[in-house]
Amino acid sequence: MSTKSLSDAQLVCNYISGDENALSILINRHQSRLYGFIFSKIQDRNAADDVFQDTFIKVIRTLKRGNYNEQGKFLPWIMRISHNLIIDYFRKNSRMPKFKSKNDFDIFSIISDDSLNVENKMVDAQIENHVRILLDELPNEQKAVIKMRIYQDMSFKEISENTGVSINTALGRMRYGLINLRKMIEKHKISLIN
Amino acid sequence: MAQLYSENTSNSEQLKPSKKTVKFLIDYSKSLNVVKLNKTNYEFFLN
Repeated sequence: MSTKSLSDAQLVCNYISGDENALSILINRHQSRLYGFIFSKIQDRNAADDVFQDTFIKVIRTLKRGNYNEQGKFLPWIMRISHNLIIDYFRKNSRMPKFKSKNDFDIFSIISDDSLNVENKMVDAQIENHVRILLDELPNEQKAVIKMRIYQDMSFKEISENTGVSINTALGRMRYGLINLRKMIEKHKISLIN
Repeated sequence: MAQLYSENTSNSEQLKPSKKTVKFLIDYSKSLNVVKLNKTNYEFFLN
């Protein structure tokens, strides 16, 4: 059997058993998807390389320690690891230079700041939390498709491959999931506007 | 509709990590050895 036709689960199993080539296949198979996701957030090649490397170092250490439970979700797992490392990256790089305006001249009279203020950020976070709670109320199939599409930025082709259904079925689940979300928002009179 | 949503975003397909990074990961994996003793994992690197 060609190694390229092996599933992620089988490759992970082979790797844990000592087949180093299985890791090469896994990296080769998912590198574009993973690196593209990282770069879309960080927008810096060197930093994206670092995050990609750190992601797979965590993967390698977890697999070699025998701490991985195979549930057929290798790609979502590594995407989640990289997502958390991206958050760590932004936390580390959050230091900004301070500028104090003088009495006679205020730079902010020329430069405008379109970013959200603290209050709006809190409202935004609350809205996102409400959306997550509403998502949890959906049937599992609809919830999974919406999460993969919105939070993991997967295409419908990837979603259909991941869930084992046709693209049209994935589209339908997305559509009905959104319809059900709208119904819940109307029913509970929730405001999702900042 | 299926054809529309089946298109992969072209940007993500073209973006790849550097070959140096991938080579490092493969070498890292080959050299990393984990031994479990009394519920503790010991990691060491083989030359």
